[in-house]
Amino acid sequence: MTETEAVSGRGTREDNNRGIPASGSTTKISARNFSFFYGEHCALRDVSLEIRRNQLFTIMGPSGSGKTTFLRALNRLGNLIPNTRHEGSLKIDGVDVYGKGVDVAELRRRVGMVFALPVALPMSIFSNVAHGPRMQGVRHPKELEEIVEKALRDAILWDEVKDRLSDNASRLSGGQLQRLSIARVLALEPEIILLDEPTSGLDPISTLRIEELLWELVERYTIVLVTHNPLQAARIDSKTAFFLMGELIETGSAYDIFTRPKDKRTEDYVSGKYG
Amino acid sequence: MTDRRVTLLFAGITGLTIVVLVFIIGYIMVNGLPGLTLSFLLESPREMGRTGGIFPAIVGTVLLTGIALFIAAPVGILTAVYLTEYTRDTWLPKVVRFGTESLAGIPSIIFGLFGFLFFVIYLDLGWSVLSGALTLSAMILPTIVRTSEEAIRAVPDAYREVSLALGSTRWQTVTSVVLPSAKPGIMTGVMLAIGRAIGETAAVIFTAGSSLRLPRTLLDSTRTLPVHFYILAREGISLENAYSTAFVLILLILAINIAAHTIMNRLTGKER
Repeated sequence: MTETEAVSGRGTREDNNRGIPASGSTTKISARNFSFFYGEHCALRDVSLEIRRNQLFTIMGPSGSGKTTFLRALNRLGNLIPNTRHEGSLKIDGVDVYGKGVDVAELRRRVGMVFALPVALPMSIFSNVAHGPRMQGVRHPKELEEIVEKALRDAILWDEVKDRLSDNASRLSGGQLQRLSIARVLALEPEIILLDEPTSGLDPISTLRIEELLWELVERYTIVLVTHNPLQAARIDSKTAFFLMGELIETGSAYDIFTRPKDKRTEDYVSGKYG
Repeated sequence: MTDRRVTLLFAGITGLTIVVLVFIIGYIMVNGLPGLTLSFLLESPREMGRTGGIFPAIVGTVLLTGIALFIAAPVGILTAVYLTEYTRDTWLPKVVRFGTESLAGIPSIIFGLFGFLFFVIYLDLGWSVLSGALTLSAMILPTIVRTSEEAIRAVPDAYREVSLALGSTRWQTVTSVVLPSAKPGIMTGVMLAIGRAIGETAAVIFTAGSSLRLPRTLLDSTRTLPVHFYILAREGISLENAYSTAFVLILLILAINIAAHTIMNRLTGKER
């Protein structure tokens, strides 16, 4: 909460768009020469970038560009696959994510993640949202109800599901399910929200709703969005990074990336030559 | 035309299966039903079982199967969890899987011999409820491990990722997401195990003995329903009572199946 006070009114479209650091801005995430390997295969090579607090940061790139690998490195979900390793440093609030003594469960609570394919845990809508807090030891029914309602309201899903919270969550539509995934993350009051192509399976209207939602959420959270779709990056219009074949090609405001890319490969991508 | 013939062939084969099943159960019913009275269920046997009831054998069957399950189910399910959730990509699950598959194919009389040598003689438990239950639990353990492992493996990885990404520990993910999803499959395995244990004769006669008295402690000898009608029929004591006992066993298995399905439907139904 203190963070929110300190940076209130910063995550606006203006700041993100023009890339002008607002006064007192702090670095939330920083990667320095970060590389990630699956066995011998190098999926991410020497990536260095900084993401500010309460920034909406978009990573775009074609399949296999390493953007999801970067996202999964941030909450150490990539380590579930055996035989992976990393080089360089990746820090959140100045603390190395891979440092000794990092509590992985606590890290994942602070760094929430929304997956490409919306997944309903095999339980009720209520329990899906309450799952995270319950695992943190919140048991009191009244308290859980409040957390669930607030999370669903913040994810703009409350009005659609408030009368059927005990229904199995798999009955929701794809777009609702993805907002449920977001509510599930919000219920844990994370600091960072990672979204891995959250709209890839959704219709245009659901997609727009989620994109609008992101601009509301960034008032309170740092958001990293991964997309393979340059049009989406342009629509969201935030600070954008372009990844290609495991390398960070360039970063800049969406406006700069789309109108005057510094690198030929970026220009090819945004003009639809590959992807 | 050939489609029609194949359909007829399959219908015939299915019909044959049903006829055989109905014939066996019907035959036992026709022969067993006349002797089946309330006093037959609730009295102790007299004259080696020629007259009187089968109450001690019902108690012995329920005790042996119940204790065997009480030991084997938690051990089996937790082993399956360990193999699938904690050591998935190592050599251990492969070795254990090979072992359980081999064990599941071993004739029950070998388990009986092992139980006799190890529990009855070496551990000096004698012919007792405990020796029999321990032997049965060893016998059904592979079935429970194998079926639970299959059921847990079938739970989509996406559930695990979501739960872990929400800051749950591995163990929390297992208890709150993985096991509830795998519950129907695990229950099926447990049912198979009960079926195998309750009808067991060879492994039990070696380890629990064949006492006709009601067991008072876990170290008393007892006899189960299958052992009882085996002895009644084999030694020509009373064929009528053997049929009645067999019929009681069939009813018991039926009752357990129905109860398990009801419980399972209620458990999984609540989630929906």
